[in-house]
Amino acid sequence: MAKLPIYGLMAEFDSPEALLEAARRAFAAGFRKIDAYSPFPVDGLAEAIGFHHTRVPLIVLIGGIIGCLGGFYLQYWVAVIDYPINIGGRPFNSWPSFIPVTFELTILIASLFAFFGVLALNRLPMPYHPVFNVERFQLASRNRFFLCIEAVDRNFEPERTRRFLDEIGSLGTYEVES
Amino acid sequence: MASKPSDPGGDTLPLLEPGHTFGSITDKISSIVLTGRTPLFWYITFGVGFILVLVLLFCITALVAVGVGLFGVMIPVAWGFAIVNFVWWIGIGHAGTLISAILLLLRQKWRQSINRFAEAMTLFAVACAGIFPLIHLGRPWFFYWLFPYPSTMGVQPQFRSPLVWDVFAVSTYFTVSLLFWFLGLIPDLATLRDRATRRMPRFIYGMLAMGWRGSAIHWHRYEMAYLLLAGLATPLVVSVHTVVSFDFAVALVPGWHSTIFPPYFVAGAIYSGFAMVLTIAIPLRRLYGLEDFITLRHLKNMAIVMLATGMIVAYGYLMETFMAWYSGDLFEKYMMMNRMFGPYGWMYWILILFNILIPQALWIRRLQTKPWVLFLIAIAVNIGMWLERYVIVVVSLHRDFMPSAWGMYSGTVFDYGVLVGTIGLFVALLFLFIRLLPMISIFEMRELVHEEEGRSQ
Repeated sequence: MAKLPIYGLMAEFDSPEALLEAARRAFAAGFRKIDAYSPFPVDGLAEAIGFHHTRVPLIVLIGGIIGCLGGFYLQYWVAVIDYPINIGGRPFNSWPSFIPVTFELTILIASLFAFFGVLALNRLPMPYHPVFNVERFQLASRNRFFLCIEAVDRNFEPERTRRFLDEIGSLGTYEVES
Repeated sequence: MASKPSDPGGDTLPLLEPGHTFGSITDKISSIVLTGRTPLFWYITFGVGFILVLVLLFCITALVAVGVGLFGVMIPVAWGFAIVNFVWWIGIGHAGTLISAILLLLRQKWRQSINRFAEAMTLFAVACAGIFPLIHLGRPWFFYWLFPYPSTMGVQPQFRSPLVWDVFAVSTYFTVSLLFWFLGLIPDLATLRDRATRRMPRFIYGMLAMGWRGSAIHWHRYEMAYLLLAGLATPLVVSVHTVVSFDFAVALVPGWHSTIFPPYFVAGAIYSGFAMVLTIAIPLRRLYGLEDFITLRHLKNMAIVMLATGMIVAYGYLMETFMAWYSGDLFEKYMMMNRMFGPYGWMYWILILFNILIPQALWIRRLQTKPWVLFLIAIAVNIGMWLERYVIVVVSLHRDFMPSAWGMYSGTVFDYGVLVGTIGLFVALLFLFIRLLPMISIFEMRELVHEEEGRSQ
């Protein structure tokens, strides 16, 4: 694929409702390579641009299972296989005593998976991203809302897309340099 | 704007003073960090904290160089200040995660302006707590013996012991609290990156924000991860003080060996944690002019939580006394009489005064919204909870089963030095945090503005 001259076109909005409405209309108009940017999570925005499922819960579940089984096996291995020692006549595999540490390790590994999982899925850390080339975009972390239609979209056509964004209520449309 | 006309409780205090926009909130909170001018009170408080940190470093150095004999611990009281302070700090560290996680799951919106600094407070309190068991080990440089690792000595930790559970519980708690706190910070770090005008802050906040750009898809995953972390942190927060209470309850010492310990310790932890949040929040909101965000409604709600958990603690005291009598056990009965009327009896009664009697003032509705009254009650609870741990640890130990093994205990200058030093460390870390990071979650406040707008329409 030839390198595109621009990353996309970005429209600015001043309220979450306006952005949500614009995102819905852009999706309805057939645009798929779109992303919306907001200073706080907006209910339904991800769904509006066609993103419904996230794998975060699955990742956390896997982390939890690894932590639980690994945590118990760690103690089993220590107490039964590697260093069996008679403490007050209790069985080597004193499983009730192993529950607290198993529990803590379940939480620990699941939390680590949640944290690093969400970063990995979001491809963060990302030192460079084209959207930051738009000067107004620094307000995306303050009080402005942005919708970006990317140039890789099949329906992207600079002039027409710009007109479309103006039609759906953009307060300002900017070219995003790639 | 924020009033709820349909609220049956008639609770009309706002969560957020009216008239704020996304922009004004962002500017107000980020300006505390991004301003070039540091207020004088910051220098004074941080300075005092820093001096006490030096006291802490001196005491720790002495304890490592000379040995743990500098503490006042001696048989029969082998667990002195170090364990008292450990339990006290860990308890304080419970409010942050409780506010962030449990109140998030319960959809309590009043958590949003207090969660950030309460989480930071948790981290610093747990850091302070962690120091004590380490130096109490006697040979702190061998602390890693507590973890299972392929040791050439062929020995392994004893997983049947609550003391080993404690290592896992506290280190997990610290790690998870740190992840939770940092995850919540990422969008705000991006705000600071975008708002900073100077090069260096821009660069540092930019690195920490990791390129966060507020994409809808990112937010979607982010919210899911945040919710799951809250769900994981909720049982964790309950488990940590439960495990701490096992350190006592599994032992056979009268006054420790009791099944009420886990719930009673957890309630006590939340009690002291909320007291510490109030102790910090009340001066801060005044000094930084944050009355619009940390409103009387927040203070009132925290006061009510404090009252409720305080009553559970009171029930714990009552049951301990009742069980000592009901058990008919000679040693249990003696322990309770000794606790009340023995040589340390005065501590017990001050504890009852500070922890049970004084907080009853919170029943009076008018006092729930008087910041300075709350501040004084919170201070009383902080002291009372420290005394509670002292009574549990020291007073239970100092009269052993055989009168020939009885003894008395008092802290040495090093005991007090380390206690005061950790308070200094706590204050210093907290003020560094306030100066360098947003103490109120900006993006959650924007959400709150949005929700309040929706309701007023």
